[in-house]
Amino acid sequence: MTTSILTSPKRLTRRQRFSEWVDRQASTLFITPAVVLILVFSIFPLVASLIIAFSRFRLGAGSYKVRWVGFKNFEKQFFGSEQFHFLGTFKGMSLFGWVVTIAAALLLIWWLYRYCKTRFWWLGFIGRIISALVFFGIVLLFSATLLSGTQFGTLGVTLFYVFVGCALQFGIGLGIALLCAQPIRGRTFFRVLFFIPLMITPIGIGYAFRMLADTTKGPFSPVWQWAGLGDFSWATDPWAARIFIVIGDSWQWIPFVFIILLAALENIPKDQQEAAEVDGASGWQIFREITWPQLLPVAATVMLIRMIEAFKLVDLPNIMTAGGPGIATESMSLHSYFAWRSLDLGQSAAIAYLLLFVTVVLCVSFFNYVVIGKLRQAA
Amino acid sequence: MAYIRKRTLLNRIFEAPAIGKMAPGTALFVYACLLFWTLVVAFPLYWILITSLKTAQDVNGGPFFIPWVDFTPSLHAWKELFVFDYEDTLRSYTNSIVIALLSTLLCISVGSMAAYALARITYKPKFGNILLFVIAMIAGMYTTWKFGVDWKLTIAAAVAVWFLLVRSIGRFFKKSVGNGDILFWMISQRILPPIVTVVPIYMMFQNLKLLDTHIALILTYTVVNLPIVVWLMYDFMNSIPIELEESAQLDGASRLRTFWEIVLPLAKPGLAATTLLVLILAWNEYILAVFLSTSNAQTIPILVSAMNAGERGILWWSMCVVIIIMIIPVVFMAILLQRFISKGVLLGAVKG
Repeated sequence: MTTSILTSPKRLTRRQRFSEWVDRQASTLFITPAVVLILVFSIFPLVASLIIAFSRFRLGAGSYKVRWVGFKNFEKQFFGSEQFHFLGTFKGMSLFGWVVTIAAALLLIWWLYRYCKTRFWWLGFIGRIISALVFFGIVLLFSATLLSGTQFGTLGVTLFYVFVGCALQFGIGLGIALLCAQPIRGRTFFRVLFFIPLMITPIGIGYAFRMLADTTKGPFSPVWQWAGLGDFSWATDPWAARIFIVIGDSWQWIPFVFIILLAALENIPKDQQEAAEVDGASGWQIFREITWPQLLPVAATVMLIRMIEAFKLVDLPNIMTAGGPGIATESMSLHSYFAWRSLDLGQSAAIAYLLLFVTVVLCVSFFNYVVIGKLRQAA
Repeated sequence: MAYIRKRTLLNRIFEAPAIGKMAPGTALFVYACLLFWTLVVAFPLYWILITSLKTAQDVNGGPFFIPWVDFTPSLHAWKELFVFDYEDTLRSYTNSIVIALLSTLLCISVGSMAAYALARITYKPKFGNILLFVIAMIAGMYTTWKFGVDWKLTIAAAVAVWFLLVRSIGRFFKKSVGNGDILFWMISQRILPPIVTVVPIYMMFQNLKLLDTHIALILTYTVVNLPIVVWLMYDFMNSIPIELEESAQLDGASRLRTFWEIVLPLAKPGLAATTLLVLILAWNEYILAVFLSTSNAQTIPILVSAMNAGERGILWWSMCVVIIIMIIPVVFMAILLQRFISKGVLLGAVKG
């Protein structure tokens, strides 16, 4: 093969010149497809969605009618006719609600004050103010609805799925990973088996859990009959329905937490644990002092990924309860989807944007205050 | 020796006989928990399997647990789907296969190229150029909005103007962003809930008359899964020793050839694991398919939910059959994928 350095440019054939040109542009060529795809299918829709969120948008026969309405769509969610749906019903705050709200406010102010005292950076300060406001808003929302005896809307339901679901999945996932990390027989078998739910389509899981939860014809109906709950239905009680969906979601996602934590556990060198065992440390001490600190960076990252995905939950509530009873199990994604189905595109985009805002603030907060700290400790 | 004599029965049960081994009591507890979780995982799957063999009476009559003992299994649901309704089933199945395979292929090739480039080539896109691009796009959108010009034309014009501007005044900008920023930008796209972007994507495809086609779903799935590929492969590319590529380049191989003949073969384990993961995600996807396909490009998850929307109520038996034929390929992939995960391919990326 002749190299281009040895031959003068004139003697190159057209094909060689072309491949030379391609090689010079290689750095652009490699990254352009990905950038273009993301620009066209992610960034452009993101901007377009923002515009839709600020307008009244009607789908006609082959054409659209767009009218700029400013913040009307958002106003409707927060203060207007959709308030019960998005935030929940408000009927004054109970004493307990006030106590919790004031306690949360004091805690957040103390947290901000401590940040200003120790190290101050204006961008970090602004970020912390945004996080604090969102956290305060969440506490206020739950105090005014849950703690005051009224129902919360889709925002509350989404947060319930994220926090309760993630906590449950982390707890059980870590538990099984620890069990599987013991010197047991058939570890590969357990690993493959426990991994399978993650790969099953959420639709399948939704219908399978509907069958399992049936109190009259499902496999556990003898148990329900025996407990005298034969007439009870998971789908008609708001809290039962929510918990039911969290269980379905957890059944699918525990394997994810499990498989990554198990790999992390197996990566921890055995010698420290064995040295501690020789020194007479108990199992709990070994876990707390040796395993846990080394597991923490991976655990924090896994929970971040899990949180991001949990905010998107839409197929399970759609299949298992169709958002019912009432709006008790409707996540924000599902809320937005229903709005789209009734051709109210402005509302749909507004809800989607609110979801994006909450997701970004909570995930970035978690990343900045928890994950980065743990990664730095490990490094 | 006195120490050994002092051991009571309780000691013997709860004390490990040797370092790195379990005490009998602990072992009992561990295996009991694992067995319990095995049941939790396997029972829903078992229930799906036997429901697919039940007749309508067996499903509605109450819980029956064991075939041939409690009820006589019948293949009527299987027959219905594969003999009478085979056109519908087959079409959805092939649609799913085509869409999942092609979108995975596209996603992996685009994503691993980007990951390789970000790991090896230093990019310095000028901050000013990005700003210019945003301004050009806003101007284009404004023109479409105000004067009703065709949006394809304005976008082409905006890109052309931007290109000319970059060529002429681009070199005066000083500030630039780095590889880390590009990487973060790409990976952060995963945070976007699909519901935010799907309505404009729907309208875009409607405008291009591509709604309910394979292309629409393939492109959308590719972009949704791209962040995962870039994230996992970037880490993997970084772990490949750079010396091999350097010597290939000294021998006069072009970047593309280095990538194709040296990097890709070395990245095989990472590629395999990522491919399987993306394939499964595309195979199971639901909400985007609901928006973008109706009948022509219908995938299996849509078939399942459409099947249950009919007047006959939920056909549990047929639905279980469809779920089973959906699960089977995935379980095989899970077993394949397990090999890579135990090697810690995915762990590296999580560790950051």
